Amino acid sequence: MGLTGIQIFKYLPKTNCGDCKFPTCLAFAMRLAAAQVRLDACPHVSEEGKKILNEVSAPPVRLVKIGAGDRVIETGDETVLFRHEKKFNHPPGLALAIADNLSDQEIEQKVQEVNNSTMERVGQQLRVDLISLQDKSGDAARFSQVAKKVAGLSSAALILQSLKPETMKAALIETAARKPLIYAATQDNYSQMAALAKEYQTPLTVYSDQGLEALSDLVDKVTAAGVEDLVLDSGARSSGKMLSDLTQIRRAAIKKKFKSLGYPAIVFPGEGESDPLMEAVRAGIGIAKYASLIVLNSIRKEALLPLYTLRQNIYTDPQQPMQVAENLYKVGEPAADSPLLITTNFSLTYFIVLGEVENSKVPSWLLVADSEGLSVLTAWAADKFNAPKIAKLVKKQNIEEKIKHRNLIIPGYVSVLSGEIEEELPGWKVLVGPREAANLPKYLRDMA
Amino acid sequence: MAFTVPKEVYNGKINQVEVGKDQQVIFGGEEVLPFLSFEGKAVSNVPLALEIQDIDPGDWAPSLTDIYGPVMGNPAEWAKLCQDEFKADMICLRLTGTHPDNGDKSPEEAGKVVEAVLSAIKVPLIIFGSNHTEKDAAVIKHVAEVAANTGSIIGKAQEKNYKTFAAVATAYNHKLVALSDLDINLSKQLNILLTQSGFDGKNIIIDAMSSTLGYGLEYTYSVMERIRLSALQQNDAMMQMPMISDVGEVTWKIKEAKATEEEQPGWGAVEPRGILWESLAALSFLMAGGNLVVLRHPKALATIRKTVAEF
Repeated sequence: MGLTGIQIFKYLPKTNCGDCKFPTCLAFAMRLAAAQVRLDACPHVSEEGKKILNEVSAPPVRLVKIGAGDRVIETGDETVLFRHEKKFNHPPGLALAIADNLSDQEIEQKVQEVNNSTMERVGQQLRVDLISLQDKSGDAARFSQVAKKVAGLSSAALILQSLKPETMKAALIETAARKPLIYAATQDNYSQMAALAKEYQTPLTVYSDQGLEALSDLVDKVTAAGVEDLVLDSGARSSGKMLSDLTQIRRAAIKKKFKSLGYPAIVFPGEGESDPLMEAVRAGIGIAKYASLIVLNSIRKEALLPLYTLRQNIYTDPQQPMQVAENLYKVGEPAADSPLLITTNFSLTYFIVLGEVENSKVPSWLLVADSEGLSVLTAWAADKFNAPKIAKLVKKQNIEEKIKHRNLIIPGYVSVLSGEIEEELPGWKVLVGPREAANLPKYLRDMA
Repeated sequence: MAFTVPKEVYNGKINQVEVGKDQQVIFGGEEVLPFLSFEGKAVSNVPLALEIQDIDPGDWAPSLTDIYGPVMGNPAEWAKLCQDEFKADMICLRLTGTHPDNGDKSPEEAGKVVEAVLSAIKVPLIIFGSNHTEKDAAVIKHVAEVAANTGSIIGKAQEKNYKTFAAVATAYNHKLVALSDLDINLSKQLNILLTQSGFDGKNIIIDAMSSTLGYGLEYTYSVMERIRLSALQQNDAMMQMPMISDVGEVTWKIKEAKATEEEQPGWGAVEPRGILWESLAALSFLMAGGNLVVLRHPKALATIRKTVAEF
């Protein structure tokens, strides 16, 4: 963002009409300067104003969309270098590479792996978002046939990987409606690839392994040819080069406003690496440091859950704690006489308590109260975890029908609540558990 | 507009720390953000320690007991295996058996274990208590003396017991791990307290409180990044200590690292999943500024070593 609120204000209609939902044009301008609203919220700005403001208010990393329908992958649109400054906007899309020279059966199997890659964590559906089809056959007919087949078998977004314009065109004819990402325009083929991206209205990858200056020069040529939705590949394949190039690309875009590198970047952590552990660790570098698309050669289940979890962790909003749903959760296979514990719905609190109850090996009931994502002590201090709320929750969850005892274990830090809860819940006895979750296994075992 | 390499200007640098006696290990000393050698002197050596305990832990996952089973309960043999077989750069001895709820072993018993481990290995030793602030202070007084002048790392000093730790670390020439509660200000505060008590800040190693994927990793990650940025950009001497990531312990107790495929269909094979969980946690903290890592699985160690060699 180059302009201040006052500078932006000059280009607004200054009518204070309120159509943007802000009381004055100046208020709107200030929000715009802070990148908290988009210019199109103002229906009255002049064409000239729009042109100037769009130019300066464009995010330093362009938002590029791949795919169609409900499986559109949004990448880029990032504004900061460190996650504590502000939320990272778009988690990197994970893709599985599929070579077109595999047998039809192997291809189907790999597509199924992608289709079955969904896992749930903290209420989010996590999955492999794209399929990257690689031209290994060298045969345009085969490539387009496989592209059509894959598009039919999966609704995942597509990346088409071939350096031959005629092969790319053959596949685009079959899949253009899916808005695949073309990979890639190089020094040798960029004018034809740019023409294809324009003709079929798809995003385009720009590839150069001759340094970032050469890459940015090539980007300029492609944008001059009229294609703006770009993805960058600097050819970095080792961990060190990946980290260094991704950092330089993102920094140049955000800190230097260097538009020629202001695009999302794609990496291939499995290229030249046969060890799936190493591939996954390299993918982790991409997740932590600025990759927007990560193409994997293998997506084993045991690697997916840790990668999804890392991606979720890095891309959570640092200002907004992750929450789990208010509910009565089973730990193990609890019976009507199993212990009942209560805690708050801050995801970290929940996972740590859950983990320690599991470690105790004592089947239990875990009641999670909506504390708006606050941890136990903070929630208590903010009056979001108090006796009336707890009593109401116990009644709402029909606990008296599921559990025959009337003992509720509360976190040690809120022992002061015990009397009040017993008043609110006649017939119940409150037991004060340990302060730290780490002491739960001993507590539960001693109780059993 | 032509491309210029976007280098940052840093005002500070990270302390370099040297540990050990027979086989010395150096870490820290970097002048730029992690591994960004295009802009200056970056982290080059990340020592990787393997964790052992003074007693047979009893609750370690099969992925680990399959490897260490025969030597668990024999700390000296265990340490030697980690050094010789798995090429650990350091051994981290956690004295869990001294915890009042876990055997309550005396400082003297712990001292014997430290002595045995020290005579079995050449690589530097890290000695941690059982994370019971009172007992740790009592134990460290004795074991620091047993390990006198071996250039070991002792810990973890916390707000409640830092004075004892600082006194014995100074008296017997050890480096000190200072642990605070997942907060940049608390971390800085503890370093200030330690230096005000006369302890040399150059001998401190920060533990920002390690976590693992899905269990608070993003908090540790951001606290570490902020500590690194204030050390390098603001030249804050109280934040320029190297950082340790103690990821083995926090990783190997969670379900995701331990549950078998039968228990959790769809999660894939348990062993590589646990190794990857530990590796990715370690890697993330290296990306955020970590200098020294404590792991449990030798394959996680090998994976991280190979990755670091690529930087």
